[in-house]
Amino acid sequence: MSSETVHFTDFKSDKRPTWCPGCGDFGTMNGMMKALANTGNDPENTFIVAGIGCSGKIGTYMRSYAFHGVHGRALPLGIGAKLANPELEVMVAGGDGDGYSIGAGHFIHAVRRNVDMTYVVMDNRIYGLTKGQFSPTSREEFETPTSPEGPQQAPVQPLALAFSAGASFLGQTFASHAQRHTEVLEAAIDHDGFALVNVYSPCVTFNDLDTYDYFREALVDLGETDHDPTNYASAKEKVMDFETTHEGVIYRDPDSVAYDDRKGLAADATELPDGAPDGVSALVDEFK
Amino acid sequence: MFEDFNWAVGGEAGDGIDSTGKIFAQALSRAGRHVYTSKDFASRIRGGYTAYKIRTSTDRIESVVDRLDILIALTQRTIDENRDELHDESVIIYDGERSWEAEIPDHVTGLSVPLRDLAEEAGGAIMQNVVALGAACAVADFPIEYLDSALEKRFGDKGEAIVDSNCQAARLGQSHVEETLDVSFEYDLETTEEEYVLLNGDEAIGLGAIAAGCRFYAGYPITPATAVMEYLTGRIEQFGGTVVQAEDELAAVNMALGAARSGARAMTATSGPGIDLMTETFGLVAASETPLVIVDVQRSGPSTGMPTKQEQGDLNTLLYGGHGEVPRFVVGPTTIAECFHKTIEAFNLAERYQTPVYLVSDLALAVTDQTYPADEFDMSAVEIDRGKLVESDELSTWQDEDGRFKPHAITEDGVSPRALPGTPGGVHMTTGLEHDELGRRTEDPELRNEQVEKRARKMETAQETESWEVREFGDPDAETLVLSWGSNEGSIREAMDRLAADGIDVRFLSVPYLSPRPDLGEAIEHAETTVVIECNATGQFADLVERDALTRVDRVNKYDGIRYKADDVEAAIRERVADPAEVSP
Repeated sequence: MSSETVHFTDFKSDKRPTWCPGCGDFGTMNGMMKALANTGNDPENTFIVAGIGCSGKIGTYMRSYAFHGVHGRALPLGIGAKLANPELEVMVAGGDGDGYSIGAGHFIHAVRRNVDMTYVVMDNRIYGLTKGQFSPTSREEFETPTSPEGPQQAPVQPLALAFSAGASFLGQTFASHAQRHTEVLEAAIDHDGFALVNVYSPCVTFNDLDTYDYFREALVDLGETDHDPTNYASAKEKVMDFETTHEGVIYRDPDSVAYDDRKGLAADATELPDGAPDGVSALVDEFK
Repeated sequence: MFEDFNWAVGGEAGDGIDSTGKIFAQALSRAGRHVYTSKDFASRIRGGYTAYKIRTSTDRIESVVDRLDILIALTQRTIDENRDELHDESVIIYDGERSWEAEIPDHVTGLSVPLRDLAEEAGGAIMQNVVALGAACAVADFPIEYLDSALEKRFGDKGEAIVDSNCQAARLGQSHVEETLDVSFEYDLETTEEEYVLLNGDEAIGLGAIAAGCRFYAGYPITPATAVMEYLTGRIEQFGGTVVQAEDELAAVNMALGAARSGARAMTATSGPGIDLMTETFGLVAASETPLVIVDVQRSGPSTGMPTKQEQGDLNTLLYGGHGEVPRFVVGPTTIAECFHKTIEAFNLAERYQTPVYLVSDLALAVTDQTYPADEFDMSAVEIDRGKLVESDELSTWQDEDGRFKPHAITEDGVSPRALPGTPGGVHMTTGLEHDELGRRTEDPELRNEQVEKRARKMETAQETESWEVREFGDPDAETLVLSWGSNEGSIREAMDRLAADGIDVRFLSVPYLSPRPDLGEAIEHAETTVVIECNATGQFADLVERDALTRVDRVNKYDGIRYKADDVEAAIRERVADPAEVSP
C-alpha cells in the first residue's frame, strides 16, 4: 500500500454512471471512495462486491478489484474473498432489496459471523431498476404498481435486525450529508469485524415519499448529541426507536474480534506449490 | 467355503452400528485383508433399522453380494431384513438375555451371547457391541489382536483405560463363544502381511482436495456429502486452509466463488437438492470465468427423494442445468481411489480453463469404506497446474492502451490471463452480465459474439488437448460392449469375472468423463450389442451415448435406491447375451 500517494479519485473509473441525475448513489459512492482513500487503502488491495440493481452498478463506476454477482448473494461472495485473502480490504455494496429481501438470510448470518468487512446498503426504499415496486424497507402505506394500497406489511428494520443478530458495528448515513457519511464509513472500515452502514440513498425517479427533503427533515444526527456508540444500552434504545431516524455511528463494540482473526487464517492461502503440499502423506497414513 | 466372507452388524439408528462396523473393517484392513463395505441406513437419528456390512477377502473386491456369513443382530428386524441373505452356514450373534426374543431362521445357527452382561463386567453396557465383535472373532477364527489394534485407533484419544476396557470386553465375547458355548465353525479369516488404508469416497475427495492445494471449503450439511466437510474440518487448517459451514447452499457456493476470485483453490460439496440451489451461481462462475470445483454426491431424487439411497439421477442437471449456455466440465470418478485422483484433476481443469467443474460422485462411493494399498494415493505424483495465472511483471502484455488489465482478453485457446486481487497493475472488475475484455458490461452484438465464442473455444481446446481416457476392462473384441459411469464399475467387473468363467466375454468401458467426453463411436460400432448400465430410471447416460454415436443401445436401469450388486449385473448381461434386445437403429 502507498497510502500517502492515493487520492480518492484513484478509486473512480472512467465509466460514466448511468444513474438518474440526482440519484443518492452518487453521494454514496463518493463517500466510499473518500473513506477508502482516507483509511490508507488503494485500488489494488481493495475488493468490492456489488449486488444487483441500480446500486449494483457501483463496482463498474469505481476503480478497484471488483465483482458483480447474482442477486442477493454479494455478502457470502465477499466473505469468501476475505477469508481466502485477509490482506484485502473487502467492501460489499448493494441495495435494500439485495440485502434485506432476497439476501436477508445471508445478511443475518454475515452479521453474526463478524468477518472483517464493510457492508454498504444503499437504502432507497424502492425497487428502482425494475421501475418502482415496493421494497422490504418501503413504508406500509407506500403505493406502487405492485402495492396499489400500500404493501400492507411492516417494513424491515435493518438496524434492529442486525442488532439482534449480534452486530458489532451499526452505522446509518444519508447520501447527501457527505461529511458525516464519509466519517461513518471510515469508522466502519477501521472496525475489526462486520460493519453495517445503512445509507439513505434517495431514488429521485420512483420514490416520492422518501425524498431528500424528507430525510433532511427526519434525520437526527447522533454526532450532534452525547450518544456514546460503545454504550450498548444507549445503542439498543436508538435501534429500537422506530419513530426516529438516526444518522451516525449507532453502535460499535470496541472488543469485537473478527471471525478471520478468531480462525487465524493464513495470509498466503492463494500461494501454492507445484505439487502436493508438504506433509500431506501423513493424511494417507491416518487411514491405516 | 466361499473365498470371500460377509459380515454385518445391524440394529436401530443410535445403537452405534456405524462405529462398530467401522472398527471391525479397520481390524480386517490391519490384518492385511481387503475390505469393501456397504450400509443400510435411513434418514433418522434413532430407531428404525440400520446395518453396516463388510465383505472381505485376501483378494481385491469392489462390490457387494447377497450373502451373509456372520450377522450381529441387535434387533429382530435386523434378522428379518437380512433373512434372504442367510444360508446354512450362517451364524447370528445376538443377546438372548435381552427383552426381545430372537426368532432365528431354522437353517441358521443362532449364538446367544450375553452382550450386555459381559459389557457391564468389562466396565460398561456401552461396550456391548464390542463384546459382539469379540464373539465374531471367535466364530470367524480371526486373531483378536487386530481388533485390539482397531480399538486402539478408535478410542486411543480417550485414554488407555478406555482402550483397555474395550479390549477386555472383546475378550469376554471371544471366550464366551470359545469356552462357554464350546462350538466351532468352519470360518477361518486368514491374515496377510499387506498394509492397506481404509477410506470412503467422501474422504477420498477431501484427501484429493488437500493434495491438490484446496485451501477453502464452504458447505452446508447434506447426506451423503457431509463427510467431505467433516473430513476437511481440522485437516485443511494444517495446510493453511479453512472450512466454513455456510447458512445454506446459496451461501456455500458464493463463498467458494469469492475465495476462488481471491485466488485460493476452492471447493464446495453437496447433493442434488443443493445442486439445484447452486445452479444460478454456477452460471455466474462460468460467466466470470472463475475456477471452482463443485462436488455432487448423488442420492435418490427428485425433491427430497430417498436421502439415504443410491441413484445416478443428476447427470442431466449437471450437463444442462442453468439458464443460458454454460460451458462446464463434468467429471465422474468410478471408484473410491478415483475419487481422489479425479478431484486433483478437477482442480487442474478448473484453473487451466477458468471454468467450473462438476465432480459427480454417488452415495455408493460416499458411504463405502474400501481398502487400498497406501501407494494408490501417491502424493509425489500430484501436479498442480494453475493455468494462466499472471504475476505483476507479465501484466503489461495483457493491458489495453490505457493500461487497463483485460481479464476476459480474447485469445486463440479461449483462456484469458488471470490476475488476483492485490496484484499491482491487474485492477479489474468482472460481472455475470455479458462483458467486454475489460470485464465491463456490454450488449454490443460483436463483443457478445466474441465472448460467447471465446468461452466455447476453451471447451474446444480442452476437448482437443486433454486426455479423456476411459477405463477399459475385459476382452476388447467381445461381441457385447458394456458402458457405465460412476460407482457401478466394481459390480460390473466382478460380474465379468463370473461370466468369463462361463465362457461369456464382455468388453467394459467405465467412463469417468461426462462432459467433455471421449468418443465411444468406434467401440460401439465394433460391438454387436451395446448395453448401458446405470442407476436411474430413464437412462440419462444412455441418452448421451445414443446421441453421440447416432445409434440405439440396450439399457439396464436400477432406481429402487439400492446399488448394483455383481449378482444383478451378471443376471442382466446373461439375459442379454442369451436374448439380445430388439433395439431399432
